[in-house]
Amino acid sequence: MKLKWSRKSQVLKIKSKKRGLEILVIVPAYNEEKAIVGVIQDIKQHEPDADILVINDNSWDNTSDTAGNTGAATVIDLPVNLGIGGAVQTGFLYAQRKGYDVAIQFDGDGQHKAEEIKNLLVPLAKNEADVVIGSRFCEKRPGFKSSFTRRIGIKLFEIINTCLIKSKITDNTSGFRAYNQRAISFLAHNYPSDYPEPEAIILLGKNGFRFQEVFTPMRKRLSGSSSISGLKSAYYMVKVILAVLMNFIRPAVTKRIK
Amino acid sequence: MNNTVNIDIIQYIAILGSVVFLVFIIELVRKKTLKEAYSLLWFFFALLFFCLSIWRQGLEVFSRLVGIAYPPAALFLVLLLALFFILIQFSVIISGLSEHNKTLVQEMGLMKLEVETLKNMIKSKHRTQPIKKSGLLKKAGVREK
Repeated sequence: MKLKWSRKSQVLKIKSKKRGLEILVIVPAYNEEKAIVGVIQDIKQHEPDADILVINDNSWDNTSDTAGNTGAATVIDLPVNLGIGGAVQTGFLYAQRKGYDVAIQFDGDGQHKAEEIKNLLVPLAKNEADVVIGSRFCEKRPGFKSSFTRRIGIKLFEIINTCLIKSKITDNTSGFRAYNQRAISFLAHNYPSDYPEPEAIILLGKNGFRFQEVFTPMRKRLSGSSSISGLKSAYYMVKVILAVLMNFIRPAVTKRIK
Repeated sequence: MNNTVNIDIIQYIAILGSVVFLVFIIELVRKKTLKEAYSLLWFFFALLFFCLSIWRQGLEVFSRLVGIAYPPAALFLVLLLALFFILIQFSVIISGLSEHNKTLVQEMGLMKLEVETLKNMIKSKHRTQPIKKSGLLKKAGVREK
């Protein structure tokens, strides 16, 4: 019976290969029971062939069941709250083990638009970049731009990262990204924890990955509140700048990925 | 009235104190309450205090060497350095632990999903081809409807 199953899955795999890239949309979610269904439906509507993986970061609300009951998403429940970095990395581990060609990072709070996913895929498909970042700022077009103080922080990251890795990234905090297979297997073993977005860019830049930014308008979050507010944002800035600098002075990761 | 302080007394206390401390550390390691790897710094400083309490001039020699005018201040320096190093060691160990912890949690999440998927596979297989005597379902902990 075992043989039968594996043969069957091989056939399935070949079929889906023919169809194009195998895409996994990684949705980290922490207490997002109100938004998660909308997010999953949005993705399913615009990318019907993509698989959706919700990483429930030990929410205390009904995120896991709500996401699972849609029938459109696979849910991983983490037994301990790891924070966005650890949660997203779980998705990379999954994508690497299941052999996906592309991983899309997509926030569970509904601020990203699934219709933009296809735009992120273009540079990957043309092999012009290993990482594509959905940016709110790389073109002057309307869309939700976050508060003024946040934009100052984001600008600061832009300056630091531009100086350090010499490629201009305008939206370092964006959690809307697409990665190819090479980037997936790298990040499965080397993803920063806590507040990973700006750090990941330096880390990837240091290790020779190519970036491209694509303009993606974003929405205001549908519900819930940002994980970073008040005093936390000061801590966030200091911690991330420190981590970015540390990533810069560290040598490139030489440990080869299995 | 004898106003001079007998400094021999504090020396005896210091020797006794550092011996007790040393024995305490040895005991912790012997009982495996403290791992050898993490006991090294404690041993090092326990021995250092023991030496300093036996060799009374040690502190003065050391103070003169590094230019400390008041020898007891040198003792504070040594104490501070001891605590400092041990605390840094703690931070390093904690960082390692939190990294291990993260990896374990991720692995556990992935495996939970894998187990659920397998359970469902067995369940649906069972529905089409009943294999009641195999006991496979019981082993996998699948409840029969």
